[in-house]
Amino acid sequence: MVNYIWVFMTIVGFVFAMINGTMEEVNKAIFDGAKEAVTLCIGLISILVFWLGMMRIAQESGLLDLLSKLFRPFVKRIFPDVPTNHPAMGYILSNMIANMFGLGNAATPLGIKAMEELKQLNGGMNSASRSMVTFLAINTASITIIPTTVIAIRMNYNSASPTEIVVPTLIATIISMLGAVMIDRYFYNRRSRKG
Amino acid sequence: MEFLSHISLGFIPVLIGFILLYGTIKQVPTYESFVEGGKEGIKIAVSIIPFLVGMLVAITVFRASGALEALMNWIRPAMEAIGVPAEIIPLIIIRPISGTAALGMTSDLIAVYGPDSFIGRLASVLQGSTDTTFYVLTVYFGAVGIKKMGDALKVGLLADVVGIIAAIVVVVLVFGAQ
Repeated sequence: MVNYIWVFMTIVGFVFAMINGTMEEVNKAIFDGAKEAVTLCIGLISILVFWLGMMRIAQESGLLDLLSKLFRPFVKRIFPDVPTNHPAMGYILSNMIANMFGLGNAATPLGIKAMEELKQLNGGMNSASRSMVTFLAINTASITIIPTTVIAIRMNYNSASPTEIVVPTLIATIISMLGAVMIDRYFYNRRSRKG
Repeated sequence: MEFLSHISLGFIPVLIGFILLYGTIKQVPTYESFVEGGKEGIKIAVSIIPFLVGMLVAITVFRASGALEALMNWIRPAMEAIGVPAEIIPLIIIRPISGTAALGMTSDLIAVYGPDSFIGRLASVLQGSTDTTFYVLTVYFGAVGIKKMGDALKVGLLADVVGIIAAIVVVVLVFGAQ
């Protein structure tokens, strides 16, 4: 899908330029866009290095494990089909914590592990179980505590207050998380009514 | 609601201070761990360069040609009727599909309208608050061989809609509408 959107924007841009006579601007845009992207990534290095460094300390000191213990009772209620001490629960929790702290790269393998365990719980079938749908829903709507890259971009473009969006983002993600849980419940109830 | 942006200011120093103190109490070699983790940050920043180059070139071409403006003018009346600035529609469309593409759009919006403008703040919160449903769906279900997705896509996309609405409402409440 992203392939189509990408080609669409570029080709439509060229066609538009031909009709509008903006070819000169478009030629310049190709090189400006590329340069802008590289400059931006260089700017991102500073905050990514700092944040991932901090998170490594949090990981090694057991702070992230402590957090997942804290969230366990809450998550247990979202996944009534998963036994409390099943490894799936541990992976689900670690995946959620990693997502919260903007550790997307660490979150993905944990998420896949969680899915594997959930599939086994479901007897190895190739259709999505209730818990899998729930896990996917809360994953796409996960709570964000520090939106690191966004802060870095705002710093790059000289925001007067790059971090002012932290709490609004946190609130918006808590709402979308609750929304995801409720929507998931609604669809589950609808499915079970149908039998 | 303005106090919320003040809390934001203190939030990061408190969090960092806590991580450092907790690490020290637990006798983690804090500085060495920090350096090890930081190395990964360089890898990530470098690895997203091709994604951003591709996406930003396409967006800049689309904008410079005048096509983006034409699209905006076309959808503006409908969007303004429901209180959504037309400028963020491309970001909303691409957000569930590709994280790096959305990152490119967000940085383009912040660059063009300014980080402290309404659109800049809205783009910031949107980027931070929803996730790439299609990516997660493809990767997680693909990796373990789930063929029948059930309601997963529907639930994921509806959750995104809730996230988008929440982001708009929160930004308007905290920072004001313009």
